[in-house]
Amino acid sequence: MKVFKAITFCAVLAAGTASLTAGQDDEAILHVLGRIGFGARPGDVDRVRAMGLEKYIASQLSPSSIPDEAVEQKLSAFQTLDLSSSEIASRFYTPPQQRNAQQARQPNRAQGAPQMAPPPTEPGQMPAPAPAEMRQRQQANLPLIELSQQKLLRAVYSERQLEEVLVDFWFNHFNVFAGKGQFARFYLTEYEREAIRPHVLGNFREMLGATAESPAMLWYLDNWMSAAPEMNPVDYSRFRPGARRRTGNNQPGSMQQPARPARGLNENYGRELLELHTLGVDGGYTQKDVIEVARAFTGWTIEAPRRGGGDFTFNDRIHDKGEKIVLGHRIPANGGRRDGELVLDIVARHPSTAKHIARKLVTRFVCDTPPPALVDRVAKVFLDSDGDLKKVTRAIVTSPEFMSAEARRAKVKTPFEFVVSAMRATGADVRNAAPLVQQLRTLGMPLYGAQPPTGYSDRAVTWVNSGALINRMNFAVALVANRLPGTRVAPATVDPDTVVSQDTLSPGTRATVAKATDKPKQLVLLLGSPEFQKR
Amino acid sequence: MIDRRIFLKNGGMALVSLGFAPTFLARTAWAADRQKVLIALFQRGAVDGLNMVVPYGDAGYYAARPSIAIARPGRPESAIDLDGFFGLHPRMAALKPFWDRGDLAIVHATGSHDITRSHFDAQDYMESGTPGVKSTSDGWLNRYLHAKEHQKATPFRAVALAPQLPRTLQGDAPALAIARLDQFGIRAGEATENVQASFEAEYAAAADKVLNRTSKDAFDAVRALKNVDPRRYTPANGAEYPRSPYGESLRQIAQLIKANVGLEIAFAESGNWDHHANEGAATGLIANRLDDFARGLAALATDLGEAMRDVVILTMSEFGRTVAENGNRGTDHGHGNAMIALGAGVKGRKVYGKWPGLAVEQRWHGRDLAITTDFRDVFAEVVMRHLELRDASQVFPGYTIDPRRFAGFMS
Repeated sequence: MKVFKAITFCAVLAAGTASLTAGQDDEAILHVLGRIGFGARPGDVDRVRAMGLEKYIASQLSPSSIPDEAVEQKLSAFQTLDLSSSEIASRFYTPPQQRNAQQARQPNRAQGAPQMAPPPTEPGQMPAPAPAEMRQRQQANLPLIELSQQKLLRAVYSERQLEEVLVDFWFNHFNVFAGKGQFARFYLTEYEREAIRPHVLGNFREMLGATAESPAMLWYLDNWMSAAPEMNPVDYSRFRPGARRRTGNNQPGSMQQPARPARGLNENYGRELLELHTLGVDGGYTQKDVIEVARAFTGWTIEAPRRGGGDFTFNDRIHDKGEKIVLGHRIPANGGRRDGELVLDIVARHPSTAKHIARKLVTRFVCDTPPPALVDRVAKVFLDSDGDLKKVTRAIVTSPEFMSAEARRAKVKTPFEFVVSAMRATGADVRNAAPLVQQLRTLGMPLYGAQPPTGYSDRAVTWVNSGALINRMNFAVALVANRLPGTRVAPATVDPDTVVSQDTLSPGTRATVAKATDKPKQLVLLLGSPEFQKR
Repeated sequence: MIDRRIFLKNGGMALVSLGFAPTFLARTAWAADRQKVLIALFQRGAVDGLNMVVPYGDAGYYAARPSIAIARPGRPESAIDLDGFFGLHPRMAALKPFWDRGDLAIVHATGSHDITRSHFDAQDYMESGTPGVKSTSDGWLNRYLHAKEHQKATPFRAVALAPQLPRTLQGDAPALAIARLDQFGIRAGEATENVQASFEAEYAAAADKVLNRTSKDAFDAVRALKNVDPRRYTPANGAEYPRSPYGESLRQIAQLIKANVGLEIAFAESGNWDHHANEGAATGLIANRLDDFARGLAALATDLGEAMRDVVILTMSEFGRTVAENGNRGTDHGHGNAMIALGAGVKGRKVYGKWPGLAVEQRWHGRDLAITTDFRDVFAEVVMRHLELRDASQVFPGYTIDPRRFAGFMS
């Protein structure tokens, strides 16, 4: 077993030998633009230099103070971004009884990421009417297609870059997979807009609470159907007969009927709440805690799951009314909905949570092997401020470790960061982001398509592999050749220094780029270069 | 003995891969340089092994699963009997002929003794091959590549047909991750060669050693792949792969094996096994997933045909699921699980491993299938008896490999 050399790289910081010169030079500006944002656009370095780097960082920490009309303009044509989950479901979900019969037998539909239908075409060039099924599928996917384009367009064009980075981070932290069943895709628009976005620089407990009672999370991690265990002294008279009847039929568990009354405990949310959302896998909880947490959340459900809509509701009839002991804390019997809230209070303020969140954020913003001293400091800010995420984020992005020379270009871009930074560096004009959404599928990172609750990895080792590198090079070729429909780049006008600054280029890359005979090819070689894969 | 690389240069491979080779040429290629192959298939999300390989002879199974149990053989939509005690899920019928021929074995009640019920940690342990130790930087398949130096290793010695290189193949030895063979190469029209050469030059000079090496592996492989045309592949023997990303990965593995590009370790994965709710039984969620899974396995073995005499396919999943169904006709995270081995040297028609029983007092922590075979013993048995590595201790550091603990499914 060999230890990767990369491990010693950022760990140097921990030993205190790092150079801590936070110079106001252009390299520092580019570093910041690539970390609290998705990379420099033409002119960004000059703008930040004129404003002052510290002031720029401070303004990014208060996104509501930054005007952002350009991106709002870009998003104004979408129909679904402001709708509630219920509105989306009522407009885009076709209940099974209304679908035509041939379409009912589709055994593999539920697997994998949802299929992306082609982007809607201009009315004038509408092809001959697609079969009914195609139309329905396209219809059902429209909210997700718009949401995905929204994510890309905001990352490319929003002036509130840090906010977009954080929305990406926190959505991934509280990941919900668009392909879970047939309804997750309808819940995600409201989920990101209401449960994640407003809280990324707010309070952790509030974001945790918002995700816990979001129909998206209740659906994704099955809590909506979790009920008091049967051995519990609870009145089941309303549920048991139905359950028995179904047990007796010959098609147990058939997915044709989506929702049934809940009749017992489901550990899924309880476990991921502790392992992923709060304490971390080594945060000091036991299987018993998982069960106690799951019991506390029984009754946290969705109003109208069968119609793919509805808001959060607490159903006292399926709530486990007994006493629970969570991480040593006693939650008295008959607490009702408050049980879940108490659990969230306990875990949100737990030192393991502070450490876990600090480590994840530092990994995102500084490097893959987070300096322990910085993690400790950030965890302390988290605890002292009761989870104030603005203070936590500020502690990271103003730290000497964040600005240090060792942290620069230490992160490999995820495919999303790669695509967005390429758009920004080239000043690309994106008229239709759907083909870019499709490209992210090819690059191995479909938006809202991370199936496991862990979300996407934030570490280089996941994203650097032979197939991925070739795909990135091909993306650079296609982008510069204007082969991506809906996106236009003018290679002649692109400043190579915005893509990768001359000082950063290795002699090898510089020599290779210099040999290229024309500007488009130079640009291809810069976007596909080793240097541009990093931030 | 014909040197593979000379053979490649002479263009013989192109003929073989397209299926135009005269029989004698194909025979020469196989005979000259027969290559043992291991295909590892990961069922991510923890498949319910008790509904995959059903212990219908254990009364505890039916007691714990009032609505999601697979019926005893002989009834409609029931388990396919294997040995009077175990049966395959009815939607895995495609595998029955391999069982009957003695090519398919199962190891049940296997897994890791680590107590974690986290998908992430358990997958990590199964792939690193060091349960309980998170600091292991490389995967056990990569350590195998390291442990067994290969005289004529090609860029295709280890390939994951996946968008990401799985943990189990990460490490010092070169390994490729390719999602689609037909997209693996620079596509810049007339400028392709020129652009490719420029990228190679950039990455050859890169200070980042990981990027540097990955690029070298990638371009070596792109060159080696020039003689294989993925778009013109027709599966042999009427094999029909399921139309899923997993089926597509398996089809490409068969293609690489038949193209004789030096593949020794292949990896593919199948997802969406985490059935906490409405798991289903003979129909429903798990049935559809097992249908895809089994048809893929069968298609791969059928397609490979005679080449299967050098191949072992081994399936794995991070942990099993609770013996009892939960409140939502699903199953929660459990412990022991089943693995399937198919291919050369597999002593088939048998379910291996001591059966711990499903009565509450026989379960692990009162709820899960107990483990009687450490998964490292399953892996080590394949590594030693099929891949012919004499000493597997390097592959499983911190674990004493003792063939007396092997389940004994490999001859």
